[in-house]
Amino acid sequence: MSIVLDAPRLVMSRPVLEINNVSKSYGDVHALHDVSARAYPGEVLGIVGESGSGKSTLLRMLNLEETPDRGTYSLDLPEVEGNLFDLDRFARRMLCATRIGIVYQNPHLGLLMKHSSSGNVAERLLVAGERSFAVLREKAQTALDASEFPLGRMDAPPIELSGGMQQRVQLAKAIALEPALLLLDEPTTGLDVSVQALVLDTLKRLQQDREITMVIVSHDLGVIRTLADRVMVMRCGEVVEIGLVDQIFQDPQHPYTQQLVHAKL
Amino acid sequence: MTVLDIKGLTKGFSLHHLGRHVGAFEDISFSIAAGEFILLKGANGAGKSTLLRTLFRSYLPVSGEILFHSCHGIVDLASAADVDVAYLRRTEISFVTQFLNARPRVSAEALVAEPLRLSGWHAEAALQAARAALKTFGVKQDLWAAYPTMFSGGEQQKVNLARALILPQKLLLLDEPTASLDAHARSALIVRIEELKDHGTAMIGVFHHPDDVAHLIDRVIDLTPDATNSGERDDVDL
Repeated sequence: MSIVLDAPRLVMSRPVLEINNVSKSYGDVHALHDVSARAYPGEVLGIVGESGSGKSTLLRMLNLEETPDRGTYSLDLPEVEGNLFDLDRFARRMLCATRIGIVYQNPHLGLLMKHSSSGNVAERLLVAGERSFAVLREKAQTALDASEFPLGRMDAPPIELSGGMQQRVQLAKAIALEPALLLLDEPTTGLDVSVQALVLDTLKRLQQDREITMVIVSHDLGVIRTLADRVMVMRCGEVVEIGLVDQIFQDPQHPYTQQLVHAKL
Repeated sequence: MTVLDIKGLTKGFSLHHLGRHVGAFEDISFSIAAGEFILLKGANGAGKSTLLRTLFRSYLPVSGEILFHSCHGIVDLASAADVDVAYLRRTEISFVTQFLNARPRVSAEALVAEPLRLSGWHAEAALQAARAALKTFGVKQDLWAAYPTMFSGGEQQKVNLARALILPQKLLLLDEPTASLDAHARSALIVRIEELKDHGTAMIGVFHHPDDVAHLIDRVIDLTPDATNSGERDDVDL
């Protein structure tokens, strides 16, 4: 049986992120069906599921790259109210540039590969209105340092860097403006195991030191287990189970979650 | 003062790929007060560890109530929201398992300091307290800054205990904490349990060798089906 859990009573803070009844179809294909979720301040919400489960589509929705057929999305921010899906293109871009950070699996999607690493980070600060060169450089340096990027290489373009370093530049860019929400799309996929551990450690440290709310999508259950506080399991565009990370891994309730967890090597 | 009130708690596992339901325990009811120590006993498979994990909400119960008297009022851990359970785990409930959940590239002292930092301690003060706790459990100073992923089972368990017991909580669940410990660490653990008991922490534990903690046990609950060997410490065999 699955237990219907109460609404929070002790944690009084409002959720940073709230989506309700989000659905999206592409022709006859239901990419997302009636998806609802919340993430609370400082929490890491992990999303797992097989390819085609809708997890990446959901992440693109959270980054306002797509609009669903139905559903609402709100962030607990003073500057925006109501359903974020109703914002126009310009307002969406400003919100994403200033309050939502994202790290893509493919660094080419998030970085200008031939510009300097510090310039990539500074670009985000420029969008937010910062114009002083000295301040831009100093803030870019601070963000790169927090992402544990070697500052001696901050002027090197990402194209000359290793995969792990490129992910750190993406991360620095994402956190440069203290985002309300950090989205991570398979951030360690394709990296060597030792580099993967370093990136995970940096993310964990950022979460604890800065209490950044994160949503991470990964097919790697080890990554989810290391980082997430709660896990949402998706299949065929629907949420089949959501729970605390240890409960999902130790006592999965849904047949699909059991299959997924037991398939882990 | 009651800390936990368990009513009609039942746990089983639905193994969907086998199309079967496996029962773990049924209709368990008992309470525990501040400063009380309850030993869970029973044969292998009686459900001792399963009960502890259910109380911590790593397992979801099938039915029943787990009424925890938190600083903020009574919360039913069986049905509380995940974020509330996560909050209580940071502030009032701790669980010592047999295994350390070591994270890659996180030092022993950082792991032990983490519960203090999450409860608002200053980083440096938390680190100092973590080092003192590691010393108490006999972890060599050379290892404090090393990664526990490469430690032996015994050393990992010392780090695990230091981390789990560093912050006095209202409720402490102990699942075979003395397994794979040397004599020094075992005595340090017993001293720490005594301190926590005096502090008013309610404790429910499973011990492979309960004689280690015999003098601390107030009550024994036998989970063997149809068991009659439950009751006050002086009235039952451990």
